[in-house]
Amino acid sequence: MSTGKGMTSVGRKVLMALSGFFLLIFLLQHSAINFLSVISPDMFNEVSHFMGTNPVVQFALQPVLAFGVFFHLIMGIVLEMQNRNARPIKYVDNRPGANASWMSRNMIITGIMVMLFLAIHFYDFWLPELNVKFIKGDMTGLNTEGQYRYYEELRHKFVDPIRVVLYVLSFVFLSLHLLHGFQSAFQSVGFNHNKYTPTIKKLGNIYAILIPFVFIFIAVYHFITKTA
Amino acid sequence: MNLTLKIWRQKDSNDTGKMVSYNVTDISDHMSFLEMLDVLNEQLVNSGDAPVAFDHDCREGICGMCSLQINGEAHGPDRGVTTCQLHMRMFKDGDTITIEPFRAKAFPVIKDLVVDRSAFDRIQQAGGYISVNTSGNTQDANSIPIPKADADEAMDAATCIGCGACVATCKNASAMLFVGAKVSQYALLPQGRVEAKERVMNMVNQMDKEGFGNCTNTGACEVECPKGISLTTIARMNREYLSASVTKD
Repeated sequence: MSTGKGMTSVGRKVLMALSGFFLLIFLLQHSAINFLSVISPDMFNEVSHFMGTNPVVQFALQPVLAFGVFFHLIMGIVLEMQNRNARPIKYVDNRPGANASWMSRNMIITGIMVMLFLAIHFYDFWLPELNVKFIKGDMTGLNTEGQYRYYEELRHKFVDPIRVVLYVLSFVFLSLHLLHGFQSAFQSVGFNHNKYTPTIKKLGNIYAILIPFVFIFIAVYHFITKTA
Repeated sequence: MNLTLKIWRQKDSNDTGKMVSYNVTDISDHMSFLEMLDVLNEQLVNSGDAPVAFDHDCREGICGMCSLQINGEAHGPDRGVTTCQLHMRMFKDGDTITIEPFRAKAFPVIKDLVVDRSAFDRIQQAGGYISVNTSGNTQDANSIPIPKADADEAMDAATCIGCGACVATCKNASAMLFVGAKVSQYALLPQGRVEAKERVMNMVNQMDKEGFGNCTNTGACEVECPKGISLTTIARMNREYLSASVTKD
């Protein structure tokens, strides 16, 4: 996707789409595992322990995921800067809403909001996990009472209403990002077909609403049931 | 109808330029937008002012010369038309109309509303052609069987007049609808397949070199294109480019 003189604009958008596809798959499995906390705390604990201690997940998949997120963010910022530079003098009268959706025009805003959420998310879950497993060296996943700690830790996080509101808002931004991003990724890799594209667009809308809704539901569910 | 026009005036490429207001009166709603500008220019010439420079040629939506960002939209508020085909009946008596040149780093302003779109010419020169012997021994194109659907799709792509509305309207000033159309019109036909790999790579490279932005699939270009060029042409260009970059020596 380059010609020896650096990557072309088509190459950049294809890589943006491929990292997007990867993150779509990740979101699907993350939401499915999290949803276990609503239907079965034991299953949630078992799966969390597996994901948190399995060497393939920890040392092969997790670095790939971190790279995927980082790449998607950096490439998004690079593309935005190049695009702004392509029109140095702006229109006096501009009506972008006349021909394109808000979601498609503001991917950088919704994307940065999701990344800001990731910073909170890492502070909440990822850093404490690293501390317990790799600094304290406790790989058992057990609390002081000898039971798996994951479910109770999750419930504890959603006691704070401010955190719940932040989570809900963040997933609204994720939904807005996905409403354009899902179908856009297919277009970027060259998949646009009269027969299949309408279905992809519908599927994208369902995915963009359902997956963030599952995350929102989980946060609200634990908040309500904990304080009830 | 009587109108207030806010028009971008710029003496030359070195001038910073500014918006200037003019009033025009007794404009017929049967006039085209360019005829309305002709009325303004007659008024300006009669009063000893410099007329507003704007591009135009055929005035029937074929040549791709007219441009103009009218009230924030390329070729104005109507759909599927160029500025020369835009009728004044789209506006109301007393309206204020903003008229600006197509804005993009790759389309520098030459004067007033006239921009230099030769970047499109250089992209075409980079690969928008087929190499055939035209010495008199050329094979009749009709002797090569081509599925009707492919011929129709190629013709649809070939209706692109290179006006630059796609670039003007894209929030990224991307030229991918134009390049997608030009790549597609050849990629769909057997005569174009011979140089398909070199073509797509050379045209994409030239597009980047000219300073156009990246496509983020907003679809604004497709909506504003006076010829209705489809986003499927961009997808085809992406496929062609991916395939060429993987398989080319």
